[in-house]
Amino acid sequence: MEKIKLTIDNKLVEVEKGTTLYKAAKKLGIDIPVLCYMNLEDLGIENKPGGCRICVVEVEGRRNLAPSCSTDCAEGMVVNTHSMRVINARRTVMEFILSDHPKDCLTCAKSGNCDLQNMAVKLGIREIPGQEYAAMSTYKMDFSPSLIRELDKCIMCRRCEMMCNEFQTVGALSAFKRGFEAAVGPAFEMDIEDSTCTYCGQCVAVCPTGALTEKDHTREVINALSDPTKTVIVQTAPAVRAALGEEFGLKPGTLVTGKMVAALRRLGFNYVFDTDFAADLTIMEEGTELLGRLTKHLNGDKEVKLPILTSCCPAWVNFFENNFPEMKDIPSTARSPQQMFGAIAKTYFADKIKVKREDLVVISIMPCLAKKYEAQRDEFKVDGNPDVDFSLSTRELAHLIKQANLDFKSLPDEDFDKPLGESTGAAVIFGVTGGVIEAAVRTAYELQTGKKLERVEFEQLRGMEAIRKATIDFNGTPINIGIAHGLGNARKLLEDIKAGKSEFHAIEIMACPGGCIGGGGQPLHHSDSSILKARTKAIFAEDEAKVLRKSHENPYIVKLYEEFLGKPMSEKAHHLLHTHYFDKSGKIEIS
Amino acid sequence: MTKYKQIRIALNNCGVIDPENIEEYIARDGYMSLGKCLTEMTPQDVVKEIKDSGLRGRGGGGFPTGLKWEIASKNKADQKYVVCNADEGDPGAFMDRSVLEGDPHAVLEAMAICGYAIGASKGLVYIRAEYPLAIKRLKIAIDQAREFGLLGKNIFDKNFDFDVELRYGAGAFVCGEETSLIHSMEGLRGEPTIKPPFPAEKGYLDKPTNVNNVETFASIPIIIRKGASWFNKIGTEKSKGTKVFALAGKINNVGLIEVPMGTTLREVIFEIGGGIQGGKKFKAVQTGGPSGGCLTEKHLDTPIDFDNLIAAGSMMGSGGMIVMDEDNCMVSVAKFFLDFTVEESCGKCSPCRIGNKRLHELLERITKGQGTMDDLVRLRNMSNVIKDTSLCGLGQTSPNPVLSTLDNFYHEYVAHVKDHKCPAGECKDLMKYFIIADNCVGCTACARVCPVGAITGEKKEAHFINSETCIKCGACIERCKFDAIIIQ
Repeated sequence: MEKIKLTIDNKLVEVEKGTTLYKAAKKLGIDIPVLCYMNLEDLGIENKPGGCRICVVEVEGRRNLAPSCSTDCAEGMVVNTHSMRVINARRTVMEFILSDHPKDCLTCAKSGNCDLQNMAVKLGIREIPGQEYAAMSTYKMDFSPSLIRELDKCIMCRRCEMMCNEFQTVGALSAFKRGFEAAVGPAFEMDIEDSTCTYCGQCVAVCPTGALTEKDHTREVINALSDPTKTVIVQTAPAVRAALGEEFGLKPGTLVTGKMVAALRRLGFNYVFDTDFAADLTIMEEGTELLGRLTKHLNGDKEVKLPILTSCCPAWVNFFENNFPEMKDIPSTARSPQQMFGAIAKTYFADKIKVKREDLVVISIMPCLAKKYEAQRDEFKVDGNPDVDFSLSTRELAHLIKQANLDFKSLPDEDFDKPLGESTGAAVIFGVTGGVIEAAVRTAYELQTGKKLERVEFEQLRGMEAIRKATIDFNGTPINIGIAHGLGNARKLLEDIKAGKSEFHAIEIMACPGGCIGGGGQPLHHSDSSILKARTKAIFAEDEAKVLRKSHENPYIVKLYEEFLGKPMSEKAHHLLHTHYFDKSGKIEIS
Repeated sequence: MTKYKQIRIALNNCGVIDPENIEEYIARDGYMSLGKCLTEMTPQDVVKEIKDSGLRGRGGGGFPTGLKWEIASKNKADQKYVVCNADEGDPGAFMDRSVLEGDPHAVLEAMAICGYAIGASKGLVYIRAEYPLAIKRLKIAIDQAREFGLLGKNIFDKNFDFDVELRYGAGAFVCGEETSLIHSMEGLRGEPTIKPPFPAEKGYLDKPTNVNNVETFASIPIIIRKGASWFNKIGTEKSKGTKVFALAGKINNVGLIEVPMGTTLREVIFEIGGGIQGGKKFKAVQTGGPSGGCLTEKHLDTPIDFDNLIAAGSMMGSGGMIVMDEDNCMVSVAKFFLDFTVEESCGKCSPCRIGNKRLHELLERITKGQGTMDDLVRLRNMSNVIKDTSLCGLGQTSPNPVLSTLDNFYHEYVAHVKDHKCPAGECKDLMKYFIIADNCVGCTACARVCPVGAITGEKKEAHFINSETCIKCGACIERCKFDAIIIQ
């Protein structure tokens, strides 16, 4: 690689050709302020439209200032990142941006966690000259089951647009209108609910301001907890425990399972359960379905549909319902763990504790915003009563804990309640990309071959690469497995299936980068991909620490089948734990 | 060479030939240059000829055309494109339209020459949909050229393929910027991206693309025909050839002119343009379209070329030239141009999207007499920062009208701010209508014509204008036969 030498702030630096000024400065320890720029290293996610113009620097011999995020280094360049010309420009541009931004920070969902607010502090903005007569660009509010758009707060950083179009290839968001009125949203300014949005929440995860936030359900949860006639139970998804600690100043990757359980108990939930229990149940159902289809296929059945696709991720379900409806009979019919949990809680468990369905409130804590939408899908309701009443994001749970004045860090470690709180290591790895399929392999292998796995870790299924392939030897039968995280990567695998080119028997798909640990409901990563990696490590650590690491070994799952469901894929299981998909491709009608 | 003030190069055939008849173009040596290139010259020869001619881009930037071709020719690719930028957007400018309507074959011939020089087989004309006649004539010209074998496969039996298609623009000013233009042609949002990569490296559909303006192309065939050494004798040291200007405003002869580079503003305005209308006093001339600057009396003897105009705080732009007289308020002029750029900003970068809006708001306040001296300081700082930080040429030049009027007419700004007066008498909010009681005979004519009932008074007694109600429409002044009403 060709090397280039340049001077930044009087320091000589050597970089590879093609390095931006921003990255070269970083190498020298110079942190140039950036706003629209975002880079999730190693995940191939980069946003550098060069739009905000906060990161400008002075380059000797150049007429105007250069945006450091998107200007490449050149041999012999002399760069000044903090001349008075630069500082004045940065402040003035920031004043421009703030002059068209609402000042309701006190009640903004992003307050305290807002890149724009932080930048205003960093640049020492104390007043916005001319604010009293400055016009503001205003837009209608847009509410959906999962997310809220308040475009008055949009600063045109285009991060959401990049995530939605380039990473997810969903194409629900793009810039509309021009000049002062420009903002980002669905085409023709339609509501997000009418668009092809999958509610993956990656737009919310990267939005630097309060323009995109989750639909907050903490008020509903407080109401339920305050109602003495209700029994309120909670389930927590695997990825939550690997990230919640960040909201309380703990190092990324700190596992807080025990403290989270303690906090939920103190918040007043009658039972604190684990979605991981339902993840084990998912493996029983999905694994059995996989084996069933696989056996048929190996026996020469030409009708059977392969590969089987996982169905835990609700954004992914929305994605194929919108984009690949002709393939809607390929994904597993197994409901997601959240919904399996709800269905079992409101039947099996409600009977056990003798509470009527309508008096049992099921709350889920999820790293995800699409789960909010999933919870309110009609097929997951009985007489209008949803199996899962409300889904909170990891961030919302953190807010509740803070509101309750709990000193999270000093809480004791407590255990989940029984019976729906017991789980295996296979369930916890549902939180990372490749985890669901690894969990399925652990069980399917033993059920299929009748042999005990000596080693449960399948390293070949792990990693952060966008699309991964592995072949697992099932006692002489090679099983080809594909894994994709990010819907754009999923699309590639689906196109292959459509073209009849797919060699896979099973494919796991997660919508978010890194899987659920990078979900749209997680604490904000502020474009630091090391946080996602730390969470992944934590998930695998939790798996390793478990005594039971295969779903079919979970004694409470065994008991559930004995007492209630019969066997996997039984009629009762089918009724409660499986679902069907819809063709939503005709959703967009332009009149 | 100086015998005539005007020399026609780009406009050579305009108004002379029937643009819908290719034979008339051919009769005027049309397509001879393409023939010369294909039969006598290598692509490198063509690039060298254009480089030697010193031709610079006529769309505004003034980038050396030959150099642009050379870069595109050196980039290797299986497909390259030649794009003609016909997204003429400056208010009052219509030279590209005139060329396309009057001499479409010259542009097609030049595009084919460019295709040969850089190794492209496809040409695209990005033209505003608001130019229906130009579109019609281009279509006819393309059809005829294909029929004559001058576009299409194996042109002049020299194994050279080249064809041209049209792409319509929706009229966004910023789509005249080449990266925006390319995005618009690709069906994407018309907004610029950072250069590099330049289109010559990664342009239309990520392939090497050479974008030139209509007038630039129109100058090509004649350069090939008469030679670089003929062309580069015209003009100044660093700006060769001629430039078409659209004369407009308070000038006697309005319309298109084509003069050698180096002609002075005085020659253009007072000789070719016939001076100021109604014998009024020349005040300023705005060159370079909405993002150019206002030049004054002291610049009148400056020879017009790319570099001199920039040095004077304006620019060549695409050749708009709006002349102003003593009745024009320079604050209003700056506001007028900002109106346009605010409307035409794409919204991608914050300084252009928000900064220009804030500039406009400040100018609005000043013209209403609500400005402060601090505002003038802010106006200058904001303008400098917008120029310094904007992503594309639109924002990098949009504050020029503000800066040049602040430089050259600061006293007018001060008069608005300190005395709440508009010296040119253009800012309505700063005017007051009065009746001189001594002159008023009480005929009631003014009161009867006032549309808002602002004038009161008894018959045969002096009348009075209520300035709170008065909308300053001027109807009373027109009606008064006794010169009793004045404006202050």
